[in-house]
Amino acid sequence: MRYVRLLFVFFRTSVLSELAYRSNFFLQLFETLLDLGTALAGLAVIFSHTDNLGGWRPDEVVALVGVFFLVGGTIRLLVQPSMEGLIESVREGSLDFTLTKPEDAQFLVSIQRVEIWKLTDIALGVGVLAVALVRLGTRLSLWQAAGFGVAFLAGGVIVYSFWLILATLCFWFVRVENILVIFQSMYEAGRWPVSIYPRWLRFSLTFLVPVAFAVTVPAQALAGRLSWQILLGAWALAAALFTISRRFWRAGIRRYSGASA
Amino acid sequence: MKGLVEIYVQQFKTTLASFVQYRAAIFIWMIGHVLEPLIFLVVWSVVAQSTGGSVGGFTGADFAAYFIVMMLVNHFTYTWIIYEFEYRIREGLLSFSLLRPLHPIHTDIVDNASSKLITLPMMLVAAVILAVVFRPAFHTVPWAIAAFIPSLLLAFILRFLIEWTLALAAFWTTRVSAVNQGYYVAALFLSGQVAPLSLFPHIIQVVAAILPFRWMIAFPVELLLGRLTPAQALTGLAAQTVWLAASLILLRGIWRAGVKVYSAVGG
Repeated sequence: MRYVRLLFVFFRTSVLSELAYRSNFFLQLFETLLDLGTALAGLAVIFSHTDNLGGWRPDEVVALVGVFFLVGGTIRLLVQPSMEGLIESVREGSLDFTLTKPEDAQFLVSIQRVEIWKLTDIALGVGVLAVALVRLGTRLSLWQAAGFGVAFLAGGVIVYSFWLILATLCFWFVRVENILVIFQSMYEAGRWPVSIYPRWLRFSLTFLVPVAFAVTVPAQALAGRLSWQILLGAWALAAALFTISRRFWRAGIRRYSGASA
Repeated sequence: MKGLVEIYVQQFKTTLASFVQYRAAIFIWMIGHVLEPLIFLVVWSVVAQSTGGSVGGFTGADFAAYFIVMMLVNHFTYTWIIYEFEYRIREGLLSFSLLRPLHPIHTDIVDNASSKLITLPMMLVAAVILAVVFRPAFHTVPWAIAAFIPSLLLAFILRFLIEWTLALAAFWTTRVSAVNQGYYVAALFLSGQVAPLSLFPHIIQVVAAILPFRWMIAFPVELLLGRLTPAQALTGLAAQTVWLAASLILLRGIWRAGVKVYSAVGG
């Protein structure tokens, strides 16, 4: 509960500081719309030549794009800026201040920066998802909606833990921003159903860079294609990665010695 | 002329030195250049498979050839000047370049060409690996290979001039990232990076041919793959030349106007 309150406080300060730059909202909206337009136009070209992509119907792929924006927006809203903040503060030694605070430092580090305008990605993602679901005419059963929620949450934990592991590498190597860039370009592959990729690439997208669990699995839940085994697997992976990332964090903190400050 | 050659050689050495320093960054940035065409390659192969083997005259193996060549041509003609220019103007760094007795574009040309000299072999390795995995089909003819070389060089120069001119938008606005993204999206579709242009609706093909996009990237690819007739190849080379002349004039005009409004703070 205290964590929720803290998250709220951090969120509020970000909102207040960003409201001074309101025109950034329109810039962000423009960029998101362009990005979304690109994705949908690409689909339009493809589906003018075929009526399914690896067994996925057009509206199912549109729903996938919605989930892709929703998940990507969530990452860029909170996870990515905070992790970049962590890397920066380790290099500059300002992590000292965080460590002296009486709360769990991993938690504080993980919510330190919020890029509120990325909410537009989330809102548009949800919009696209809603339109796709209506067009699919699937009456979303409570079971499917719950499956989506559970899969989405697992995906969130997986992505967060993965980013944290990568970011904590900065305790050993100073320049790790580049590794984050790899994740970003691999994440782009999640725009498409991972089932279309050749096996070696599908394997990488599932386990090396867990894009499959972040995007495809939640979308499958909505399309009613999710088996409980996959869901269980997603949660097992989420739990394992979360534990590992916590270990990485602890080991990193032990190694850390403030250079300046 | 001799002076310019010496300057180019010196700049080449400088770029090489800075390259060694940032090799990890450059390697990682190349991953994106391989991954994007790879994704479209996979998507279109799947489409070809599901529609009984071929789409609009492309089989799975044809798509593999198209996107592997596209990857190389795109990388060869690639520039990062739009990001760089915004930074230069924002930080006032352009002031130093303006003091030099040489047009700043020369430094950028050498900078671009010399880093390509190093990244291109790596891209060729990536292309060979992709070729082994996806088994592309090449139906090219000798004359097309011969015409490919000038078309590739023209494409590089054309794209360089167009993007350099576009980068000058930073003189007037600080929101360059929006301009940049708009251009990037247009180029993605109109230069054949998402799909071969012949798979687009007719109207899009016309727009791509009137604007410089097709001539910057897609044209050399189509040419090398033997998808054009000799007449089409000649028309294409002519279109490239016309656009090149037009972009030179555009660049000069906009550069002059831009330098007039430029004022650096500090420096």
